[in-house]
Amino acid sequence: MALDMVAQRCILPFRRLLKRKGDPFQMCWPRIDPLFSFTLKVIALGVFAFLALIAFFLFYSAWPAILRFGWEFLRTSTWDPVKEIFGALPVIYGTVISSLFAVAIAAPLSVGIALFLNELSPRKIATPIGFLVEMLAAIPSVVYGLWGIFVLAPWLGDVVQPFLGKWLGALPLFQGPPYGVGMLAAIIILAIMITPTISSISKEVFQAIPRSDREAALALGATRWEMMKLSVLGRARAGIFGAVILGLGRALGETMAVTMVIGNRSEISASLFAPGQTMASVIANEYAEATSDLHVAALAEIGLVLFGVTFLINAIARLIIWKVAQVKVTR
Amino acid sequence: MDMQPIVRVRKLNAWFGAAHAVKNVSLEVEPHSVTAIIGPSGCGKSTFIRCLNRLHEEVPDARAHGEVFLGDTNIYGEGIDPVVIRRKIGMVFQKPNPFPAASVFDNVAAGLKLAGIRKKALLMERVERSLRHAALWDEVKAKLGSPGMSLSGGQLQRLCIARALAVEPSVLLMDEPTSALDPIATKKIEELIVNLRKEVTIIIVTHNMQQAARISDRTAFLLLGELIEFGATSEIFTVPKEKQTEAYITGKFG
Ligand SMILES: Nc1ncnc2c1ncn2[C@@H]1O[C@H](COP(=O)(O)OP(=O)(O)OP(=O)(O)O)[C@@H](O)[C@H]1O
Ligand SMILES: [Mg+2]
Repeated sequence: MALDMVAQRCILPFRRLLKRKGDPFQMCWPRIDPLFSFTLKVIALGVFAFLALIAFFLFYSAWPAILRFGWEFLRTSTWDPVKEIFGALPVIYGTVISSLFAVAIAAPLSVGIALFLNELSPRKIATPIGFLVEMLAAIPSVVYGLWGIFVLAPWLGDVVQPFLGKWLGALPLFQGPPYGVGMLAAIIILAIMITPTISSISKEVFQAIPRSDREAALALGATRWEMMKLSVLGRARAGIFGAVILGLGRALGETMAVTMVIGNRSEISASLFAPGQTMASVIANEYAEATSDLHVAALAEIGLVLFGVTFLINAIARLIIWKVAQVKVTR
Repeated sequence: MDMQPIVRVRKLNAWFGAAHAVKNVSLEVEPHSVTAIIGPSGCGKSTFIRCLNRLHEEVPDARAHGEVFLGDTNIYGEGIDPVVIRRKIGMVFQKPNPFPAASVFDNVAAGLKLAGIRKKALLMERVERSLRHAALWDEVKAKLGSPGMSLSGGQLQRLCIARALAVEPSVLLMDEPTSALDPIATKKIEELIVNLRKEVTIIIVTHNMQQAARISDRTAFLLLGELIEFGATSEIFTVPKEKQTEAYITGKFG
């Protein structure tokens, strides 16, 4: 049910627009009130125009940096506003690493939560817990950041990082001084922040699986776990993947909380204990103070890259989710 | 014939929340017979047979109370694991529900794998035998590896029958197995049911009274959750004892 609505809101009109020939709006919304259809046209075109405008603005602002550095911008690691040398590799690295690790933690956790809420727990427990998990999404990013600074980072520095260093210190990931603030803190905050996204969409995917599919397994003498493996997970694979990608999209663009705990140092380090920086955090951190035109342009170019990547990732996720919803409709 | 009944239902009641869907039903089923459950829509036929493999209780807020003996075991007795019961009592649903991600072979082998059978050769042998019993072998033997969903509706339903038969249940419950099928596929499944009684005892819900008359030995007529009449099919359809039964089978029913 809910999945259909997600699909309809997000992607269906666009898909139809792209697929059909002739006047797309006539094909999309035939035989409806002309005024209503006109309003819809205006809104749809407005959204398109707005997206295009943002892309154009970013491109325009970034132009001096693009001219100056070319592809080197994406390949070099020096970020020195004083000497006006800008290489974005460390922030791209920081974004990718923090998001991927966050997803690696959040995905199994979220799918577990969704399975628990949907398949295992009685409704009396599932409803309030589900509500609480969704409320995690309502906490403002800056509040996560404060919690990260005052609670998470000290705890990581005093307890978790020394422990990891002691037992897993052989791995480069867990070497170096335990600052607390740094990549690991950002990863954990991101994981918590994207868990509600992944789990609520996974839950909707599970809910879209008809009862008769589950009963097929149960009637064969499957236990609850076996039923989940046979009927739920097998069926929901694509949908879960879409949910995870959506979570990834969110992690890539998350700014405030990350900026507050990641340490903001534009360096590539193999260790998760080290401070780092992401595309979003470097923009938030430096834009206000950027004085030289080239510095502003470099930040805008990072914005352009981030916009492109998150747009792509989200589009992929929506498409996957849309496909899953479509399968359900046609069955 | 003097046979011990294989299924004995005693004072079975079932509820959805506060709604009383099956009321005090008692009946006995002989081994290797086909028993038809008929009655108007909403009278509790599905609920009744879903109590027989303890699937009813999987519906949120649903519960059942009473005794159902499979052989000597009361499946509602204390300490009975419904999972074990469901391995002995197979079920086929109204709408074919194969495992969508699994191949034809894996669909049929699913129950065997759940029961812990891992040996390839044994799996293959059992899959072939159940597909033959389900009269599907010739049609799918060349494409055991292709997705289950690639079969036609009638084939899918026979696949589901094969899947249920593979674990060699002693009783097979069928809830309107042909209502989503065309007449030819329906005929195939009816023939199958008649042949299958050599292997299993069949309890089948049907909306189609000709079907009940064609394939069943005994017929139970349910109305508003109560068992109105239960007897030999030939008698139910020719000389029913109850007025309500007569009204229903002659189509005079409200
Ligand atoms: N999931 C449910 N929740 C609440 N009530 C239900 C549920 N399923 C069935 N019922 C009710 O229980 C009663 C018996 O339903 P059941 O499905 O057993 O009827 P049926 O005889 O199989 O009908 P049909 O011939 O239409 O399949 C009906 O009154 C129905 O409304
Ligand atoms: Mg029914």
